[in-house]
Amino acid sequence: MKRKWNWPIWVGFVVVVAGLFSYEFFARFPITRDFPWANFLLFGVGGALLIFGLFRAFGRPQVYRGKSFGSIFAAIAVLLVAFFSYVIFYVLHQVPTSAGAPRVGQKAPDFFLLDQNGKPVGLGDLLSNSKGAVLVFYRGFW
Amino acid sequence: MRSFQRRLSEFDARGIRVVGISVDPPEINQRQSKKLGYTFPLLSDPDAKIIRRYDVLHPAAGPKGADIARPAEFLLDSDGIVHWVNLTENIAVRARPEQVLEALNQLSPAGQ
Repeated sequence: MKRKWNWPIWVGFVVVVAGLFSYEFFARFPITRDFPWANFLLFGVGGALLIFGLFRAFGRPQVYRGKSFGSIFAAIAVLLVAFFSYVIFYVLHQVPTSAGAPRVGQKAPDFFLLDQNGKPVGLGDLLSNSKGAVLVFYRGFW
Repeated sequence: MRSFQRRLSEFDARGIRVVGISVDPPEINQRQSKKLGYTFPLLSDPDAKIIRRYDVLHPAAGPKGADIARPAEFLLDSDGIVHWVNLTENIAVRARPEQVLEALNQLSPAGQ
């Protein structure tokens, strides 16, 4: 008898991979970037499907396929989630302490830099005729 | 930066200027400003001189090991005194404009 297609393994694996690659999309919104819960939700759903599929494959191998490829997919999925967690919880936290950055109450260092039109802009220009300024240092687009 | 552009009118209304600072050259900043519709200045610090002076350098974190800025936000008053600062511990988590607006409200309650 031909054994049945064990769809939860395939779907679960695809959902886990989608959880990884959707980071670029979810990172656009602070609510899903500050903590990537949407990605972990997808990992959870995909993982549950994979486990369900594996239980079927090992529990009733005469009915369902997937004992070997299900195990391989599950192992790859675990590695993908581990890699994602490593980046999110370790790599992204490797930020210098910036102990010498200007603190509250201190005067901000002056500067004179070119804007996007090649026009020089100084801190004094920003603060004259204004009530203050927000300086946003960012990593850059490159 | 996108979120600051979205709420720029609220900063304008309070008389607060918003600027971005990075190691990107003006040409890239011009392209990005046009593409993303930014109307506030993006300042170019290609040698990271000012970034270093503010001690917000992230050494070798850029492409090909280039020194770049780590995300950091400073709110200054008109005398250039720092009133609020955000030094994130996670590159992906940056200050949101509402946090800065909230800090502004505490300095001078809305409407003043």
